[in-house]
Amino acid sequence: MIPVISTTEDKSYNGGGIGSSNRMMDFLEEPIPGVGTYDDFNTIDWVREKSRDRDRHREITNKSKESTWALIHSVSDAFSGWLLMLLIGLLSGSLAGLIDISAHWMTDLKEGICTGGLWFNHEHCCWNSEHVTFEDRDKCPEWNSWSQLIISTDEGAFAYIVNYFMYVLWALLFAFLAVSLVKVFAPYACGSGIPEIKTILSGFIIRGYLGKWTLIIKTITLVLAVSSGLSLGKEGPLVHVACCCGNILCHCFNKYRKNEAKRREVLSAAAAAGVSVAFGAPIGGVLFSLEEVSYYFPLKTLWRSFFAALVAAFTLRSINPFGNSRLVLFYVEFHTPWHLFELVPFILLGIFGGLWGALFIRTNIAWCRKRKTTQLGKYPVVEVLVVTAITAILAFPNEYTRMSTSELISELFNDCGLLDSSKLCDYENRFNTSKGGELPDRPAGVGVYSAMWQLALTLILKIIITIFTFGMKIPSGLFIPSMAVGAIAGRLLGVGMEQLAYYHHDWAIFNSWCSQGADCITPGLYAMVGAAACLGGVTRMTVSLVVIMFELTGGLEYIVPLMAAAMTSKWVADALGREGIYDAHIRLNGYPFLEAKEEFAHKTLAMDVMKPRRNDPLLTVLTQDSMTVEDVESIISETTYSGFPVVVSRESQRLVGFVLRRDLIISIENARKKQDGVVSTSVIYFTEHSPPMPPYTPPTLKLRNILDLSPFTVTDLTPMEIVVDIFRKLGLRQCLVTHNGRLLGIITKKDVLKHIAQMANQDPDSILFN
Amino acid sequence: MELKASVDYSDSPYRLDIHEGALDLLFKGWQGKQNFEDVRCKCICPPYKDNSGHIYNKNISQKDCDCLHVVDPMPVRGPDVEAYCLRCECKYEERSSVTIKVTIIIYLSILGLLLLYMVYLTLVEPILKRRLFGHSQLIQSDDDVGDHQPFANAHDVLARSRSRANVLNKVEYAQQRWKLQVQEQRKSVFDRHVVLS
Repeated sequence: MIPVISTTEDKSYNGGGIGSSNRMMDFLEEPIPGVGTYDDFNTIDWVREKSRDRDRHREITNKSKESTWALIHSVSDAFSGWLLMLLIGLLSGSLAGLIDISAHWMTDLKEGICTGGLWFNHEHCCWNSEHVTFEDRDKCPEWNSWSQLIISTDEGAFAYIVNYFMYVLWALLFAFLAVSLVKVFAPYACGSGIPEIKTILSGFIIRGYLGKWTLIIKTITLVLAVSSGLSLGKEGPLVHVACCCGNILCHCFNKYRKNEAKRREVLSAAAAAGVSVAFGAPIGGVLFSLEEVSYYFPLKTLWRSFFAALVAAFTLRSINPFGNSRLVLFYVEFHTPWHLFELVPFILLGIFGGLWGALFIRTNIAWCRKRKTTQLGKYPVVEVLVVTAITAILAFPNEYTRMSTSELISELFNDCGLLDSSKLCDYENRFNTSKGGELPDRPAGVGVYSAMWQLALTLILKIIITIFTFGMKIPSGLFIPSMAVGAIAGRLLGVGMEQLAYYHHDWAIFNSWCSQGADCITPGLYAMVGAAACLGGVTRMTVSLVVIMFELTGGLEYIVPLMAAAMTSKWVADALGREGIYDAHIRLNGYPFLEAKEEFAHKTLAMDVMKPRRNDPLLTVLTQDSMTVEDVESIISETTYSGFPVVVSRESQRLVGFVLRRDLIISIENARKKQDGVVSTSVIYFTEHSPPMPPYTPPTLKLRNILDLSPFTVTDLTPMEIVVDIFRKLGLRQCLVTHNGRLLGIITKKDVLKHIAQMANQDPDSILFN
Repeated sequence: MELKASVDYSDSPYRLDIHEGALDLLFKGWQGKQNFEDVRCKCICPPYKDNSGHIYNKNISQKDCDCLHVVDPMPVRGPDVEAYCLRCECKYEERSSVTIKVTIIIYLSILGLLLLYMVYLTLVEPILKRRLFGHSQLIQSDDDVGDHQPFANAHDVLARSRSRANVLNKVEYAQQRWKLQVQEQRKSVFDRHVVLS
């Protein structure tokens, strides 16, 4: 997936192309503003952007020898990339810190308020309290629940009802604010953002998707959405937020503002910074950007992404949202070894993860398709409120669904020691000696059994409700819910194994490695492996998943179990469904995204795909020097093609070049306004010199500078495998088809996508944006 | 200040009841003096012999953060102290309550501003415009009867303001252009379901 664009292929425009240095000769040929930009919902021309950047770089390097000022300019131009990465890291880290602290506070706002300091959440409220007991570490007098504030007591059925009511009320209020803000100010701020960013990074333009209003609204509503208790995470939206920061900061630097290809390099690095602050995993962030999000990832971007990710992680750490200089909640500190036999349950967890991933993708896509096509999609606000109400009403009674999902995961990852007093760690301590940290396997007490029941109910609720939550019109991510599902399944299996090993330590499978009184099984490790398996099953991440998990947990000795589970889950999920969740959403929305990971295995030829087809009218071409302004304008108004080939003459059909519709429109309008004498009957020419004209004809219009003199061509008998490969590797928008040297037809990226869809028996009309 | 002693902490100054009122609560919470210490050494000691488990907190420097300095009324005597302290786990923790306070204030103020702006755009502005432009607006709005979106009149204002060029009208022009963009986005996301299912 990382085709490195070879820098030796110099496809720059020769003789009068855009950005060429031969412009000194003709002062009339300065670039018109607007030429070289793209319309909304169009694909960029990677080759043109890259060659423009190379021209610009060459110009600066040549000029730098002239004066010191030019030398400084060239040095600062080289430095600007690094400065931009630094700024992106700083901004992303600060925004992530803001989101984390606010989300923690607002989540606890549903349960009560801290009268010892209104801005503290529950944990920080009881931080310095002297009234915290060993058994009940949550209660302290400074923290007042709503029933304590309203009816001055915390005991009794009425207090429970008051707490329940306030919880649901706050959840509904937060969800309502979130969806209203999204609807009124920035509709692009909803959803996860990663499928759209993948499409943007492959060359598509969605104006406003990475703008400042989207950034502000996404940040604010993400906190509200997470605090409302819905089953969603904030990792995917954080990637969107970081890419918005990247896009906005690009406007400060000329080099990146004007060039769409360079901007996408910056966006890849910003995506890495986004994952880095979401998880506290800089290396995992870079690998995630490489594997999942980016389309072209030159090696230079690797180093810069790492720098941006590190700066972001460092900024977040210095804001210190969690105290103790930790970056994420899930930092585990156990290092107990695992045994070879335990690979069997780990692989079982992998199979579970794969099954759940395939199930989730299928049901979520079906629900999202319903939302797109039926009446359900007309009531987004009502939908959000209903889902929030159901989630809040079902979540309050069970303490494991009431707590925020990140807290749940960190509690499940935790290994139980003597100092833990949660229900999950209620083991019977029947041993005589105290060994400090390493406790032997103990039989489960009453608390553990009831925790298991509650966790099973939590699992079912989360599996079902996440299907309906992901894709709603509020910012929603799915990393945390998937990890929660996996962690619960893993912990259940781990406690089961632990009790099995304790009560049946004389069985053959346990005898060899698990003696009585030893610490054999760590349920926390099973939770970790389960979380990795489920996340891998849904997103189909491979290397990046393993790296993120061991950066999250600090457990380097657990790489083999994590890899075993991730691989098993990916194989099982791939056997049941081809695509990950993000690719499935891309296909659902019909974005023109050319999948770079799959092979094209059919034996069709270029002439089977090219337009015009057999019964269509002939290809619309422009001639190089015999069309008038009026002719061109009528062609533009009658057709909707985004570009036209230019040929020597209609009889010979020999190719000269390719010109884009947008550039034509802008140049002709500009010429009519600024150049005197240009009228409808003026002749347009694309050659170097004006054609010989009879006297008393209006002046001619030269449009050579908008002509692409090196369009890509293939012959009509080229296999489609090669054509698809060319489109992928070079990032083409269109490719001309010739036959015996004469222009025959054109293949655009949308034609390629429709052909692939047709070959895979999908609906080719689902490719939108035509 | 009346205290209702229905839970354990009857002597704590933080128990409030309904007679106190919301203002008092906010005032007390704003001062929050007790909770401003940002450094602590937290020692958790499990149950030992007859003593139940206990948690000790003390504002102490990092080098002194151990069982002997923090566990102040030592519950066991003599030789048992070492055994007791071996089971205890002491951790030094830092936080910045100023950062938390500032962040929450920033977030709430941005949220408040956005909510006010949203209320203005959806409720106040149409009323103002109807009063200012009177009849002509009513005739024009017959064309887009079904359009209840907040930025429905952006087109006409855009057309009108194109001729004038001073600062205030530039701001209004930018605002109307932004409203058009948001309306386009809203159409593609919510109505046609083209982007973002």
